[in-house]
Amino acid sequence: MKTTYLFILLFTGLATGNVAAETSTINELLNLYKQQGAATPNAQAGQRLWHKTFTGTVPFTERSCTSCHGDDLKRVGKHVKTNKIIKPMAPSVNPGRLSKTSKVEKWFKRNCKWTLDRECTATEKANILVYLKQL
Amino acid sequence: MRSILIVIGTLLVLAAVAMPLVWSDEDREAWLEYGRVSTGVALLSSPVYKEECGSCHMAYPPGLLPTATWQKIMSGLENHFGDNAELDNETQTKITEFLVSNSANQSNYRRSRRFAAVDDKSEASMRISETPYFIHEHDEIPSRLVTGNREVTSFSNCNACHRKAEQASFRERDILIPGHGKWDD
Ligand code: HEC
Ligand code: HEC
Ligand code: HEC
Repeated sequence: MKTTYLFILLFTGLATGNVAAETSTINELLNLYKQQGAATPNAQAGQRLWHKTFTGTVPFTERSCTSCHGDDLKRVGKHVKTNKIIKPMAPSVNPGRLSKTSKVEKWFKRNCKWTLDRECTATEKANILVYLKQL
Repeated sequence: MRSILIVIGTLLVLAAVAMPLVWSDEDREAWLEYGRVSTGVALLSSPVYKEECGSCHMAYPPGLLPTATWQKIMSGLENHFGDNAELDNETQTKITEFLVSNSANQSNYRRSRRFAAVDDKSEASMRISETPYFIHEHDEIPSRLVTGNREVTSFSNCNACHRKAEQASFRERDILIPGHGKWDD
């Protein structure tokens, strides 16, 4: 009985610890973007950008965040070129998501350059982040 | 006569029992290592390498390309086979060191010795799948099983056919072409 109780305590401790870590990463990033001049984050604008199609060079003339991450962010995506499975983006089904500042920044840089042919602005990144966060 | 047989019999039983004790884990490791030396390339990775070079495709074992080719790949990550794989300087240096010190030229594995041999054309292409040895091993596979195969799409997907590619093993026994099966040549 006592052990069960201890286990419950331990697990709740771990679980809340995780959630806290993840929210703090997102907050840290949102603060950073704010310092860089981002407007108040807007999830709907983030959603629009996520689904927007940009033109690119052959063979990927149409490019979008969904090219690799898929339309349903609660399901796995697939890299357009290599076919490698990409784990779901929604933190609700994949709790490891958006939990490391340097990782998020690294992929924003690469994926914006590939998709939009330029880096995303602080406002755009903040918008996408709040859109993804609530999924 | 009978007592000699009993003695021999006892010795045999004892030997069988002692075998697993004498045949240690180290021997097993050495034996596995020998297996890889003859059928694969060195199984080497590192957490950074796996994280940074294994997110868009399998993390290719470093023994699949010579030093010069890895250096070229690592100095042009911003335009990496049509994708963007750029890294911060510190990580880039760390991974370059890892690849260079474990490249095909540095290895005594038989397969690596062969991957180390490149010509001007394959060096310029920077692909494992365009090295002379690779082409030699794969030139009989029809394109319908590769580019025309939705589950493979490109020779770059070693692990689509070589089910132990990520363990750096390319044994024929572990090859299974999706939608086709075993390869009998
Ligand atoms: C060419 C394929 C591709 C495209 C297009 C793409 N991504 Fe990604 N993205 C990836 C891969 C691969 C990963 C790393 C996968 C993983 O961590 O499981 C990733 C990871 C990310 C991450 C990091 C997630 C985390 O857990 O920290 C973010 C944020 C992200 N992408 C945003 C975007 C945005 C925004 C776009 C559109 C502008 C986009 N991606 C378009 C392939 C792509
Ligand atoms: C952002 C995604 C991405 C990341 C990260 C990435 N790659 Fe790649 N890589 C690709 C794509 C796309 C290809 C081309 C695949 C194809 O043609 O089917 C490729 C191909 C390769 C090839 C050639 C495979 C062949 O056909 O022989 C090598 C070698 C390679 N990558 C090494 C690396 C190394 C080393 C790293 C880490 C520094 C790395 N990759 C990180 C996307 C990536
Ligand atoms: C379409 C499936 C397919 C893909 C993808 C593929 N291979 Fe192979 N590979 C084969 C087949 C089939 C053979 C056996 C050919 C034969 O014996 O005629 C082979 C043979 C080999 C051999 C020789 C093995 C031996 O012991 O003789 C090596 C090494 C090898 N492949 C490495 C690679 C690497 C590295 C990649 C990725 C860059 C790769 N292969 C991608 C199907 C594939």
